[in-house]
Amino acid sequence: MKSDIAFGQYCEGDSLLHRLDPRAKIVLAVLYIVVIFLAESVASFGLLLLFSAGLVAVSGISPRIVLGSMKALTFIIIFTAVINIFWMQGETLLFALGPVEVYLEGIVNAVLIVLRIMLLLICTSMFLTYTTTPIALTDGIEQLLAPLNRIHVPVHEFAMMMSIALRFIPTLIEETEKIMNAQKARGADFTEGNLLQRAKALIPILVPLFVSAFRRADELATAMECRCYTGGAGRTRMSVLRYDWKDFAAIGTVVLLGAAVVVLNILVPGIGLAM
Amino acid sequence: MATVELRNVSYVYNKGTPYEAKALDNINLTMTGEGITGLIGHTGSGKSTMMQLINALLKPTEGQVLIDGVDIWSEPKKIRQVRFKAGLVMQYPEYQLFAETVEEDIAYGPRNMGLSEDEVQKRVLQGAEFAGLHPDLLAKSPFELSGGQKRRAALAGVIAMSPKILILDEPAAGLDPGGRREILGGVKKYARESGTNVIIVSHSMEDMAMYCDDLVVMASGKILMHAPCADVFSRADELIAVGLDVPQITRVAYMLRQYGVDIGRDVYTVDWAFDKLRSKK
Amino acid sequence: MKNIVLEAKNLSFEYPGDEDTKPVSALRDVSFAIEEGSFTAILGHNGSGKSTLAKLLCMIYQPTAGQILLNGRDMTAEGITEKDIMDARREIGMVFQNPDNQIVATVVEEDVAFGCENLGIPSAEIRRRVDEALEIVGMRKYARHAPHKLSGGQKQRVAIAGTIAMKRKIIIFDESTAMLDPLGRKEVMDTILRLNKEDGITVLIITHYMNEAAMADRVIVMNEGKILTDGTPGEVFSQPEPLWEVGLDVPQTTEILYKLKKDGYDVPLDVFEPEQCARIIAQALERGRS
Repeated sequence: MKSDIAFGQYCEGDSLLHRLDPRAKIVLAVLYIVVIFLAESVASFGLLLLFSAGLVAVSGISPRIVLGSMKALTFIIIFTAVINIFWMQGETLLFALGPVEVYLEGIVNAVLIVLRIMLLLICTSMFLTYTTTPIALTDGIEQLLAPLNRIHVPVHEFAMMMSIALRFIPTLIEETEKIMNAQKARGADFTEGNLLQRAKALIPILVPLFVSAFRRADELATAMECRCYTGGAGRTRMSVLRYDWKDFAAIGTVVLLGAAVVVLNILVPGIGLAM
Repeated sequence: MATVELRNVSYVYNKGTPYEAKALDNINLTMTGEGITGLIGHTGSGKSTMMQLINALLKPTEGQVLIDGVDIWSEPKKIRQVRFKAGLVMQYPEYQLFAETVEEDIAYGPRNMGLSEDEVQKRVLQGAEFAGLHPDLLAKSPFELSGGQKRRAALAGVIAMSPKILILDEPAAGLDPGGRREILGGVKKYARESGTNVIIVSHSMEDMAMYCDDLVVMASGKILMHAPCADVFSRADELIAVGLDVPQITRVAYMLRQYGVDIGRDVYTVDWAFDKLRSKK
Repeated sequence: MKNIVLEAKNLSFEYPGDEDTKPVSALRDVSFAIEEGSFTAILGHNGSGKSTLAKLLCMIYQPTAGQILLNGRDMTAEGITEKDIMDARREIGMVFQNPDNQIVATVVEEDVAFGCENLGIPSAEIRRRVDEALEIVGMRKYARHAPHKLSGGQKQRVAIAGTIAMKRKIIIFDESTAMLDPLGRKEVMDTILRLNKEDGITVLIITHYMNEAAMADRVIVMNEGKILTDGTPGEVFSQPEPLWEVGLDVPQTTEILYKLKKDGYDVPLDVFEPEQCARIIAQALERGRS
């Protein structure tokens, strides 16, 4: 079951977000990032916060999982907050600790920046990792970038490489575990000794792993050739991605959201982001 | 010779997660170390888990594993010593070879045991001999060997550790009949001459019938039978019921009873069947 | 006389050597013809040349000498291009030994579609063929599963589905059951038999399991790069001595009958079913020695 972890953080589901076209979701993620960076005022951030909460609700993914994923960012969040609170100068001095002066603007700024980081994370995970399988993402990227083929960028080959890598990650993880067990049974110890000794202890694992990866690559290449693979030219696909009204509606919504954020920035300026 | 004992052993994978799965369910088993014990059961019956428990790669969720009467997890810091005592040869062991020469590869285990260099050399030669590996091959790169030779080099690497218990997971997998006979015949000879307690895990009933003295049959995490070969194969219908095979000749003997010829239900080699038939007339 | 779909004429193959090693001859002057819809087993121990033969027939290797004729067309003739070989591969496919190393996609149905996609078949048609192929191998309900979670036998059935979705007429199985457990082996062999009997696909299996070879219509035994014997399973296994000499086995049913025959009983040797074998033994014992 460990091998599931490597498969990204995809959460099985059948929500509206899961069913959107992967290309649309990539576009949505990019647009939404732009919208997040457009937001300046407390009011527009409030709107985005509401919208993001709505996304989580629609996806059907437990908010606990989403908030849990923020843990990884704890350090960055605290660091950014501290810097902004103590170094930002403003008009409304709240209090001073010796030479360090803390302004209201600093605190607002810190809160908004932290919010921005969290929103970025929620949006990319909501549109991409949580609701889209890695393979659908690869497909989406391949087709979005297809025009680059004309200027001889090997888009198909990159996409094929990516999907084969995704296919073999669980296989290789399983294999690593097997080899580790085999060497442990011969008395290998990966936990003791200094750095050099530990690095040396890895050789009995890495060598067989590489040998096996090359063997697999070789056999896979033969198998693909036997299945008439000759690269991207002339290839068709079984599942053709098709945009439907849902995708256009979703993109429309995010564009409207962007407009609303700009309007809110102007109408309800209040104290806003200074950077 | 060593005694392996499992007392009320259970093992659960991914305990406390949605993927929780019970692999072994309150197992009690004693293997006294005379001859070769075969461990059979289809994929998912718990036999691989059992193998890894004896070798201390896994720690029982409940219960105890004892070797010569000592709980192997009584001193977790010395768990490597247990692995030296209970040598494990995994399935397709040739894929674990890594060193520059065959000799270095075989020496890996003995060196990890902290033996003197003289002793390591002695063990390497001993291991190679028991595994049927020609001394000329020792200086070669393991990657230059043929498939069968690689398998034997990997086997030598574990035998060189002189374990008291030798556990082999599908030692003949993927080999042709000649290769199977060489490897399994070698293991049998090794068991007899060194007095090592050998445990073989395999799917091949024909091989098990030929080389094992007693069999442990596993199904759904429990022990179904533990008895000498003849007794196990005389219960062919039970084996078939849990999705296992019996040697073709055992089926023939079984059917013969329907035609009024009783040569016993415990026949599992062709020679034995023939002798019985001959004494019939 | 049935149509000959695949023919090897005086086929030889050498693995090229480098500075330190001499070229190794793997196949010497091998000839045989395969009839449309037949089921042939190529039997031999490791290193007998049987896998090399499979790779030659699939045009993965080029023979050192001799010809391979696919539907009467010489695939080794001068002027045969990469494209001709690609076209030939629409007719002949291969299922390999290691189930993991031939699956390309992360979803079962995507993998089955892979070959068809390479041929440039329209999407709707691929969809239809993939569903049909998965149905034939009994893997329809796993269509959306991840291949790495399937058992070995299931993975091989996915690989077979990929081949039949391409509507190939000839399938070569290169030790496709060697890495499977008995259940997986049975799943795969049942599928192969069904393809051959019901769908008329020409099947060649490369194997060292006697019981599998006994299921075929014809057995070709290879030894040291040459054909040792060639005939029906009955003909081949009823002469066990040459097989024993090259380190092969015969089914246990044949072995016991062989011993009885040597002992003076009049019994046939081409019996592979335990039930039938028991009946014959019982009758022979009643008749007594001849």
